[in-house]
Amino acid sequence: MPSVCTGFWRAPEVRRRTILAAGASVAVAGSLIGLTRGRAAGPWRFFTPPEARTVDAICEQFIPGDRDPGAKFAGVVNYIDIQLTRAFRKHRQAYRKGLAEVDSASLAKFGKPFADLPPDRQSDVLRGIEANSKAFFELILAHTCQGFYGDPRHGGNRHMVSWKMVGLPYPPVRGRQHYEGA
Amino acid sequence: MTLRHVNAVIVGAGAGGGMVAKELATAGLSVVLLERGKWYSAADCRKDDLYNQRTSVLGAKFGPDEERNPRVLVDARGRETIVPPSDGAYSNNAACVGGGTFSYGAQAWRYLEKDFRMRSTYGAVEGSTLEDWPIGYQDLEPFYEKVEWEMGVSGDDTGNIFKAPRRKPLPMPPLPPGKEHQILQPAASRLGLHPFHIPMLRNSVPYNGRRSCMRCRWCVGFACEVNARTGTHNTVIPTALATGNCELRTGCMTREILLDSAGKATGVAYFDADNRLQRQTADLVIVSAGAVESARLLLNTRHRLFPNGLGNRHDWVGRNLQGHSYSGANGLFDHDTFDDVGPGASIAICDYNHGNPGLAGGGMLANEFIRLPYHFATAMPPWVPRWGLEQKEFIRNYYKRTVVIFGPVQEIPVFDARVQVDPKVKDAWGIPVARLSGGRHPHTVEIGRFLAGKAEAWLKEAGAMRTWTRIPGRSLSGGQHQAGTCRMGNDPQSSVVNRDCQLHDVDNIYVIDASVHVTNGGFNPALTILANAARASANLLRAWKGSKAIA
Repeated sequence: MPSVCTGFWRAPEVRRRTILAAGASVAVAGSLIGLTRGRAAGPWRFFTPPEARTVDAICEQFIPGDRDPGAKFAGVVNYIDIQLTRAFRKHRQAYRKGLAEVDSASLAKFGKPFADLPPDRQSDVLRGIEANSKAFFELILAHTCQGFYGDPRHGGNRHMVSWKMVGLPYPPVRGRQHYEGA
Repeated sequence: MTLRHVNAVIVGAGAGGGMVAKELATAGLSVVLLERGKWYSAADCRKDDLYNQRTSVLGAKFGPDEERNPRVLVDARGRETIVPPSDGAYSNNAACVGGGTFSYGAQAWRYLEKDFRMRSTYGAVEGSTLEDWPIGYQDLEPFYEKVEWEMGVSGDDTGNIFKAPRRKPLPMPPLPPGKEHQILQPAASRLGLHPFHIPMLRNSVPYNGRRSCMRCRWCVGFACEVNARTGTHNTVIPTALATGNCELRTGCMTREILLDSAGKATGVAYFDADNRLQRQTADLVIVSAGAVESARLLLNTRHRLFPNGLGNRHDWVGRNLQGHSYSGANGLFDHDTFDDVGPGASIAICDYNHGNPGLAGGGMLANEFIRLPYHFATAMPPWVPRWGLEQKEFIRNYYKRTVVIFGPVQEIPVFDARVQVDPKVKDAWGIPVARLSGGRHPHTVEIGRFLAGKAEAWLKEAGAMRTWTRIPGRSLSGGQHQAGTCRMGNDPQSSVVNRDCQLHDVDNIYVIDASVHVTNGGFNPALTILANAARASANLLRAWKGSKAIA
């Protein structure tokens, strides 16, 4: 009998329980130890409200709105926040530290937190991060791309804005309709 | 706890193991097929562009489990990293019933005659263990044909003047050509190349009780929605089970092969789906876990006679890990090339598999499967900024205006590209994990550069305004086309199994998967794994004299 494939949304909890039941010690699980709990006061799962504002602004720099919506509208910050409680748990430390660096670089250079800067100054700060904190820059850039162009079910790409932008027709499983003769 | 004794226990229900299970069960042997993953159906697997076999940024969709199965990667500078299955460096192939064939693109290639005689054709290559196979194309030909007709391959290679002789044509016609095919076909002909329709384990018309491809964009990396794509999970494994002689056990992680005092196999020890240690005794043990895990299982089997791992008296187990160095080019067009008709890949040439001046081999070139938006966004040309409006503008303008041509470079094997077992890191069951180290041969990169240049020329002839190449460097290969770690050969001192895939050291243990490939062809390896599994099974059955007696 085909076994039921656990849905992505519930997978992490199930996995953790399985490990405990097996009484096993997996070396990678060690990376979870010593991290902050992550649940912040406010609407976010992991980010503090100021952090979320910073992420939102960074993502919008990466994929700005023009005649098509950008990362802010697509809810990329929501994607990253959700994944930091799931598949990206191992990146929590990197985000906490990286975002603090973005704000301190921003304060040092322009005297304001990143999210309060005008767009041209934000990209100026980001170029500095790209040069000096390469690992974090690459991480959040890749995650932004996923959150904008990936499936909306993971929290980003609201209203499928990026798919509409490239002209990818709905339904996502093209072929199903004509195959079924509908 | 001891389970009912059977004739054969097979570790791994992928391409190799699935085929062996069917051949043995059909011949009347009692078989237990162990698979560490699950048995999925298409209905279990929503299409997800961030969570599938090919794009695993949110996890390895078809296994193995992210947290229970780490591996250790040693990079060129000797730094060790523990990597999970979703990490590219892990060299993952799906862990599920069907293995890679559950979610692959289904290209069904026969290797060419020279692919079995690389050493004779090109001579020794410095720093490489390049060698001939102990079998030739003619040994596999009847089994290629058997797999093509029994499982079902569509396509049309009559235009391929480089193909090795075949007795029967493919059983199904190709799918009608899509837009990319129509653009690339005349361009190839103008260049004097010999384009043809890629053979695929995919129904183009209803075949063997399954439906035909509905040509959706979610193909490679995903479960097939309508069961038109063909793997061992929907052909030979159900056939094996229908005989009543084969039992499939999923969620079962094999720990080691059990040996008696004389070094003969008596079965395997494995953890079942509830993590209970089980012993399955058997007359024969067939290892079909894929190039990384098969080597790991042998190396984790220690015995007085095999202190360095089973079959490893001459230090060849885990060596020569290879895959395919996919090299090629992307091209930009001034008109739409995207027609949203799957699977995308459909046209290929074999003009550059062999006979390339100064190069030891080459590879097939074919157009790429449909690129989903996220996948597209990860393959930007070098002249486009990596972020900002310009990048967004590029994706908006060109998502539907690119063609990608890639080819699996036949890799030049390296002795130090290898699988070991890690001395410290263990998986969730306490079994030492695979430790991967080494890299590609520089000549592999050279061949890649050559092939990428040819891909660019083809794209330009087809009208591409601008092109850019992608050529993998010298980092370790493996991945879904992993092969080579339990080399097949006549000399026990420089190979692990004989031409029948039987361990040189223990005659009732077989390794039947891509591990035994001496070289891996300039093609996707699935059909060769299947055909070789059918061949090895036939030889095994000829030698089979009933329980406890393999001649």
